[in-house]
Amino acid sequence: MSVVDIENLSIEFPTRRGILKAIEGLSFSIEAGEILGVVGESGAGKSLTGNAIVGLLEPPGRVSGGKITLKGRDITHLSENEMRRVRGAEIGVIFQDPLTSLNPLYTVGKQLTQTILTHRNISYSKAKDRAIELLTEVGIPAPELRFDAFPHEFSGGMRQRVVIALALCCDPSLIIADEPTTALDVSVQAQIIALLKDLSRDKGVATMLVTHDMGVIAEAADRVAVIYSGRLVEIGDVRSVIDAPKHPYTRGLMDSIPQIGQNLKYLPNIEGAMPRLDGRPDGCAFNPRCKMVKPVCREEIAALRATENAGQMAACWIYDGGHKYV
Amino acid sequence: MLNFILKRLVQSAIVMLVVALLSFFLFNFVGDPISNMVGQESTTKDMEELRDQLGLNDPFIVQFGRFVVNAVQGDFGISYRLQRPVEDVVAERMPATLELVFVSAIIAILLGVAGGLFTGLKKKHWFSKVILTGSLVGVSLPTFVIGILLIYVFAVKFQILPSFGRGEVVTLDSGWTTGLLTLSGWKAIILPSITLALYQTTLILRIIRSEMLEVMRADFIKFARARGLRQRDINFGHALKNTLIPVITVAGLQIGSLIAFSIITETVFQWPGMGSLFIQAVQFADVPVMSAYLVMVAFFFVMINLIVDLLYFVVDPRLRVEVRG
Ligand SMILES: Nc1ncnc2c1ncn2[C@@H]1O[C@H](COP(=O)(O)OP(=O)(O)OP(=O)(O)O)[C@@H](O)[C@H]1O
Ligand SMILES: [Mg+2]
Repeated sequence: MSVVDIENLSIEFPTRRGILKAIEGLSFSIEAGEILGVVGESGAGKSLTGNAIVGLLEPPGRVSGGKITLKGRDITHLSENEMRRVRGAEIGVIFQDPLTSLNPLYTVGKQLTQTILTHRNISYSKAKDRAIELLTEVGIPAPELRFDAFPHEFSGGMRQRVVIALALCCDPSLIIADEPTTALDVSVQAQIIALLKDLSRDKGVATMLVTHDMGVIAEAADRVAVIYSGRLVEIGDVRSVIDAPKHPYTRGLMDSIPQIGQNLKYLPNIEGAMPRLDGRPDGCAFNPRCKMVKPVCREEIAALRATENAGQMAACWIYDGGHKYV
Repeated sequence: MLNFILKRLVQSAIVMLVVALLSFFLFNFVGDPISNMVGQESTTKDMEELRDQLGLNDPFIVQFGRFVVNAVQGDFGISYRLQRPVEDVVAERMPATLELVFVSAIIAILLGVAGGLFTGLKKKHWFSKVILTGSLVGVSLPTFVIGILLIYVFAVKFQILPSFGRGEVVTLDSGWTTGLLTLSGWKAIILPSITLALYQTTLILRIIRSEMLEVMRADFIKFARARGLRQRDINFGHALKNTLIPVITVAGLQIGSLIAFSIITETVFQWPGMGSLFIQAVQFADVPVMSAYLVMVAFFFVMINLIVDLLYFVVDPRLRVEVRG
């Protein structure tokens, strides 16, 4: 059974000028011990998807359809209080910027024990032991001493380790890491990625790793999901997606990286920009930028289909109905 | 840390010296105290003698030196108007003002923080809108209008609270007179303290509200929510604590201005404090009393600033380190 299972997820923003559909028909699942890399241009909907899973969509954004299942339990429409018990306990979240994720006025020990005591009915001294154990686990030297330190007394990389320790407080089965290394130095990035990898291998945590960095994907992910303008356009094993991308958009993505470590925020090889939510063309949202566009692409959206690589799927007319145009 | 406190103390001393110079300098050129003190039939010779006696003919620097040395010992000379030592007069009046300011400060902080939190956390709630509209009235109506309105409603119309004075006062062993130990004293302080506190309440309320709105958008609040912390812990712990720095700054300054604003309130309610003493002193060009008042108010301001600086250290660990290093 997958740890998390997302079926046909749709997210929308009601506005004065109508409803903006930010995410449509998104489906994927993550197994225990697996890292799913999620890539896509800025504004594709990666963060929204993560926020929807933990129930932290900012109003007026809302889940308008689909189902989110965590370890067999439907958590799509839990009440705020029920969802609060899931967050931090069963799902750990790591955000981009370790410098601003920690409360500057509390010691890291206080932030750790507070999180543990919120979800576990144990004594303070047990919680403190657990906090120190966590700090050790994420590789913070002299954890007993650092327990009483304030966030500003840590370097950026060490702070991100504290953030990860906080996400791990209650042994979550799913971790959502939204660009966890973007704000860090390259050398520190590698350490943090290695840490996330160890966690999923050793503890069987399922990880959703959002990033713009294909190097990070190649290094850490088992599978990759590519999101374009609110839809999943391709998903598959990391090697096949990187070596043999199927969707024209994914190909553009891969061509855009002359080397590993390149940032994917801007894509020199794909002309044009991703359409705004209120300006999507009919048919496939990628059609205005696609070099292989066919008439059908301007009318209808292709479903996600299996390709010749096992486990690799793409939503493109190239693969629909068995027509292959490569 | 100790270094910082020492630096602050030296700064404070300099500020006090400047204020002393100002008050001394200004008031020595305001009116002629002698003509207010003597009767119609006194001769020029009498006046000159009095002038000599009061030391008003000495060189400026001598007068100022004498003023500072005496002031440090709490000696501000003899009131021209009352013909009594200024320190005695001030000692009589100070408790009334300080009690009024104290009660007003408590009201302003309690109501300001509570209202600011509520309106900051429940932006859309109808009661927030009521509070915010009400607070607009609080900042825009002049103090004396509010005072007179309150007097009209509670003292004249319903006759449940007195319109003037301090009520019954108890003298403590230390010589401090307090109205806070008698029922009539409490009744008497209600209207003036509300009048005095209203403006400061709305200021603190609005600051807490805007700080709260700001902090609730911060990443660490989002991360706290993502960890499933209780909303209560987030609101009153993580968020509120992070609004404290600006709030302490403003609250400190505002308590200082409560002392200054109390002049108006004391006049409206005939409150026997330093404010009304000051007004009388101005009318009579009673220089020693005026300079004592100015120096005193400046002293309170400086003290409050010092306390505010120290509170920063208590609240914000980042400052502690920067100063250590
Ligand atoms: N409150 C809102 N109202 C309307 N549209 C919104 C709102 N919040 C987000 N969106 C839209 O949802 C889309 C997806 O945003 P999201 O933050 O998930 O992008 P992302 O893939 O995480 O991008 P990035 O790589 O920059 O982090 C964007 O087009 C954004 O404009
Ligand atoms: Mg994002």
